[in-house]
Amino acid sequence: MPTFLYLARRVLQAVVVILIVTVVVFCLLHALPGGPARGILGPQATAQQIAEFNRQQGLDEPLPVQYLYYLRTLLHGDLGTSYTLNEPVAQLIEQRLPKTLVLTVLSAVVALLIAIPLGMWQAVRRNKPVDYVVTTLSFVAYSTPVYFLGLILVLVFSQLLPWLPAQAPQGDTLAQVFADPAGLVLPVVAGAASMIAVFSRYMRAATLENLSEDYVRTARAGGSRRNALLWRHVFRNSLTPVVAMLGYYVPVLFGGALVVEQLFNYPGMGLLFWSSAQSSDYPVLLGCVLVISIATVVGTLIADVVQRIIDPRVKAGRA
Amino acid sequence: MSAVLQPGQSPGTGPLADPPGDTAGAVGPRLMVRRFTRNRLAVAGLVVIVLFLLFCFAGPLLHPTDQTHTTLSQVNLAPSARHLLGTDAVGHDELGRLMFGGKVSLLVGLAAGLLATVIGTLWGAAAGYAGGWIDAAMMRVVDAGIAIPALFILLVVSAISTPGVFGLVVILGLVSWLVPSRLVRAETLTLKNRDYVHTLRAIGGTHTRAITRHILPNSVSTIVVAATFQVADAILLVAYVSYLGLGVQPPATDWGGMLSAGLTAAYSGRWWLILPPGLAVILVVCAFNAIGDGLRDAFDVRGRA
Repeated sequence: MPTFLYLARRVLQAVVVILIVTVVVFCLLHALPGGPARGILGPQATAQQIAEFNRQQGLDEPLPVQYLYYLRTLLHGDLGTSYTLNEPVAQLIEQRLPKTLVLTVLSAVVALLIAIPLGMWQAVRRNKPVDYVVTTLSFVAYSTPVYFLGLILVLVFSQLLPWLPAQAPQGDTLAQVFADPAGLVLPVVAGAASMIAVFSRYMRAATLENLSEDYVRTARAGGSRRNALLWRHVFRNSLTPVVAMLGYYVPVLFGGALVVEQLFNYPGMGLLFWSSAQSSDYPVLLGCVLVISIATVVGTLIADVVQRIIDPRVKAGRA
Repeated sequence: MSAVLQPGQSPGTGPLADPPGDTAGAVGPRLMVRRFTRNRLAVAGLVVIVLFLLFCFAGPLLHPTDQTHTTLSQVNLAPSARHLLGTDAVGHDELGRLMFGGKVSLLVGLAAGLLATVIGTLWGAAAGYAGGWIDAAMMRVVDAGIAIPALFILLVVSAISTPGVFGLVVILGLVSWLVPSRLVRAETLTLKNRDYVHTLRAIGGTHTRAITRHILPNSVSTIVVAATFQVADAILLVAYVSYLGLGVQPPATDWGGMLSAGLTAAYSGRWWLILPPGLAVILVVCAFNAIGDGLRDAFDVRGRA
């Protein structure tokens, strides 16, 4: 398939997926008992006040109509207004998203820098003690709830050994976040741990697969040194599945950020989502889920396209 | 994927690894058992699960404790001969609570994992078998589901209601069926063009019959492996659920509930309230992942994508 057609097809698919996401989230949030009116006006509100509020907010229209309204405002870049913070949702997310991105991108970079060499090392040392130890550690890291890991990190590195702060950097601007790098260490480690486990497993499997390919045997027979071969060829070929996996990992990263931000009191989008859930602030919940889902869909799209560019085997449909 | 496995060598292992291999491999049962038992981590995992089942379900017979009434004269006791793992903030014996909560964690995790597998299997088989635009539409729904992080959905649900144990199983099943649906769809795509399926259709067999008599039985190894990983993930998700405020209500509890209840106590040095449930979750989830790994090698199927 020519690249242009492929791109058009993938973008169309992505748009459909985003539309389905909006329907799912819209339905979910409208399944709420009591509705938003009671949440805003309080338990003392009369039926008349609630009816009045519903009419003002357009909440008395049929659901499909409300959905179309919602879609129309979305296309204008309007995510609605927070019920409790009385600010536009888009503005709230705009303030918080960069901080969440700093956390997730840092975690992802740290995780990949550790996981890729680790996985290759395991593959080379397959079924040796090192491989077993790292495999076991990966299982443990993958199986540990993030909040439990975060708690242990705080207990050990901030209570027992007073090395690092137990609270993430505070403040509204990114400059304030970067002014306190020590505060970022524990949140980033907590966010990166399970990703290291998953991606080192991936890298290990991909490297093993490549090591058994004919080109490796041929190059070895021709006298190539193993390390040169490993870094020049096997490394690059093994990266393809890792890149593809990155796109799918975006929602997991955001899920981790939700817990990490709450645990370390880091004022990003996860914490915003958390407090909005406590106060049933639907527009904010809806907006956050939408932004995260779009990020995931776009992430997957980019990963697919990058994979196609860096690995000609994908284009030929052989990998 | 074009690597050729050397005979006798098991493919790569790991919770998310994707080793090469034939789909729906026809491997004899004796060979399967031998391959499974050669994977030491998988055997260890099986032992851990059996021990935990005994601990949670038979343990209370040997160590009967009152997990319903509070004993306010016995709160926050450190581990001692009388209370091997101490007591919690309302005087429950922590060792007994570990058994009591473990029942819920294991049962909810198993049920939710299996439910997710059933939903995913039916969805994936239907999509793959139908093909064309039905397949495309059904898989876009799966893409959309994967794009919305499960923890966010669970937190939204917790803002709406506090479900019982049954509701919890349904919710967890509904947020985690997506990966098995992709695996089963991929399997169905290859199976539906086999001669025996065409023959069945030619002699007048229905689509339902083709799916239930041929496609699903031939995908059983893929499904069993997916189910094992699904249970591991579900038990982990159950541990998150209490933290998000969706967990079972007191006096019932589960390991996640014990963990969230112990979070603040841990800062005051009462480690016995968080380490036992935390380690229990890690051990059980590791064990199921290891078993899934072993089964995947034994069945010689491709892992979860």
